[in-house]
Parts: sequence; C-alpha cells; structure tokens
Amino acid sequence: MKAPAFAYAKPATLGEAFALLQVLNAKVLAGGQSLIPSLNMRLSSPGLLVDITGLKELKGISVQGNSIRIGALVTHAQMERSPEIQKHLPLLAQAIPHVAHAAIRNRGTIGGSMALADPAAEYPAVAVALEAEILIEGKKGKRKAKATAFFKGLFETDLKPGELLVAVEFPIAKPSDKSVFLELARRHGDYAIIGLAAHNSKFVFFSAGSKPVVVEGGSMQKAKENLSKTLKPTADLYSSSAAKLHLAGVLLERAWTSLST
Amino acid sequence: MDLAVDISLTVNGAAVSRCVPARMHLIDFLREELELTGSHVGCEHGVCGACTVRVDGDIVRGCLMLAAQANGCRVDTIEGLSDSKEIARLQRAFHEKNALQCGFCTPGMLMAAQELVSSNKKLTREEIRIHISGNYCRCTGYQAIVDAIEEVVNGPG
Repeated sequence: MKAPAFAYAKPATLGEAFALLQVLNAKVLAGGQSLIPSLNMRLSSPGLLVDITGLKELKGISVQGNSIRIGALVTHAQMERSPEIQKHLPLLAQAIPHVAHAAIRNRGTIGGSMALADPAAEYPAVAVALEAEILIEGKKGKRKAKATAFFKGLFETDLKPGELLVAVEFPIAKPSDKSVFLELARRHGDYAIIGLAAHNSKFVFFSAGSKPVVVEGGSMQKAKENLSKTLKPTADLYSSSAAKLHLAGVLLERAWTSLST
Repeated sequence: MDLAVDISLTVNGAAVSRCVPARMHLIDFLREELELTGSHVGCEHGVCGACTVRVDGDIVRGCLMLAAQANGCRVDTIEGLSDSKEIARLQRAFHEKNALQCGFCTPGMLMAAQELVSSNKKLTREEIRIHISGNYCRCTGYQAIVDAIEEVVNGPG
C-alpha cells in the first residue's frame, strides 16, 4: 500500500526541529526503516514528518572517557564498520548483524530503534544489559535517562512529546567483562522469536514481553529458576508462549556455557 | 506545510529535478516518474527486497525511503548498473547458472550481490546466503542464485 498524505520538512538546526515538532501530529523521521512501513500499511497517519537526518549534533561515534557516545543518526552499517564499537563494545558488536538485512542496516539508525522501542528489537536489550544512558534534548534543555528506566512498555519510552533522542552512551567493556548475544529467528534478519543479550551474570531477553526482561542469576540453576518466575513471553503467530519460554531456556544454557568458558 | 517537495538528484548519472508529493516513495518516483521499471515493487514494507536500489553507493529499500529524502543524492538503479557493465559478470553468471527462479527478485538480487562483489572478499556460501536473506521473496531454494554469486565472488571453483 501507499502512505497517506503528509507534509515534509527537513530542519537544519535543533532549534528548527523543536519548533517543527510543536506542530499538531508531527512525527520524527530518521532512517525510516520502521516508520515508513507503518505508514505504508496505514498504521500511522502523521500530519507532518520532520526529517532529522540533517542535524549534525545527532551524528558520529566518539570515545568519551569510559564510555562511547553513539549519535542517534548513526546507522547500523556505520556501527558495524566502527573499530571503536568492535573493540570496546563486544556485546553491541555481536548484536548488529542480527538487525534486519544489509539494505535496511544501511539506513536504519540506533536512535530510531531505541526511540521506537519495538519489543523484538536488539538494541534496547543490549542497552539494558550494559546499563547505557540515553541523551535526550528538548526545547527546555538536555537530560539523561538510564536505559533501565527509559523503556517503559510496548513501543513506550520516557521520551516526552517534542523531545529528541540525541545519542546513546555505552560504558566501555572492562577486560574482565564477558558477554554474549544470541537470537533465534526463522530467517536471518527477521524479527526474533526470542533473543538474549547476556552480560556477566545479567541476562536480558527480548521479544519476550512488552520491553526487555532482565533475569539475574549467580548460578545457572538460580538463573533458570528466575527465568521461569520472571519470563511470561507473549505468543505470536508462529510460537506459543510455552515454546518461547522453552527456547529462552535453551538460549540461557548456551549463553551460560559460552560465558563460563 | 507543504504536501509537495522540490527535489534535485542524480539518477544513473543524469541530473533530475522534479516536484514530488511528500508521501511518494523513491521506488514509485523511479518507476512512475522516470519510467525506470527494472526495480520492482513487491511487498511495500521492506520484506522482499525486490525494490533494492543504490543511494550514495549503498543498497537501500526503494519502498522504505521517500523520494523527498533522496534530494541531493546519487541514485543508481539496475538499468544504470546494467548499462555501465558494472554487473556484467553477475548477469552472465546468473544466465549461465539459470539463477532466475520466477525472476521477480532478480533485479534486487543483482543489486544486493553487487555489494558483495565490490567488497572484494572471498566468501562462504553461508555468508552469501546471509547477505541475500534480505531479498528472499516467494520462491524457495536460491541454490542456483548462490552458485552464481559464489562463482563471481570467489572465481570459478
């Protein structure tokens, strides 16, 4: 299907962007790899699309002390090619190739993925596992939110109307840190049936509920007990809740083996 | 607020300027305004990859980008890559290996495969399959397509 009619504006500065976002029914357009399909399927009908891809404040990857700042407009492909991310953020580096397909990774952005908060998306789980911080800016100024508090529910975040997600800051991995990323999908690049971002003794499942689900456990026995208590996966067209819970257990065991060797 | 946008871009090496509706997808602009119908429109939500084109050197989904977003960009379609002979080796290999199936996905497959060819790396069949996973449509197998891409990427085995 074709998208409904809307107006389009491409601000050159953050100030212009904030002014445009005051327009009734305005929506932010970044890479568009989730927004445009939802427009094509007429699940969304904004009056105005504010294309933020011209804002230089939202671009670039930089090492800042003990963390790495990834601008909201950095694409999956740029992250995949980033030596800083490959070196300092092994969990994120493992997650990137699972995000959709090459042509989509060339346009989709980390900011878009985080701000949309699709429960099947990879980055929110990685951000929660690594305790990343989200940098947010609005007309009234800047603020930071912890990833654990940023994701509130199904496609729901801490972003207020008129605010923009500017960047994500991930703490650089320590030499003693161990992490592993696992995802099960019917076809490479499809939405996950179930996925897991594991960092030390923290296991964060995605496609498992309305937002990333954290399961902690100092031993595999303990983690498995916590898993069956915490995880109540939503069934989808292909997998029942019980099947997803079983697969979550399989991923937990694989992750445990990988982390302890 | 304007529902129409003026755009200027380069398509297959030629400068193009038009006023387009903001809601028009890049792929519809290429097919309907410029009559470049080599790129196909399949699912229109980013799943099938039949609409794959190149924007500033990177493959993208033509159905997941607005024509307005291509303002100032360099766009290459299957017609451009074919005329410039950039994909001549791939086209020959697809022909020789009968790597067509129903043929609907072929332009997108060639665009995606050319990205592998231009990376100049030796690749396993598994790596080739992962790369073209974004172009799986309704047929099945893709065996002959992987054969053809493998021959061009790795040389005749």
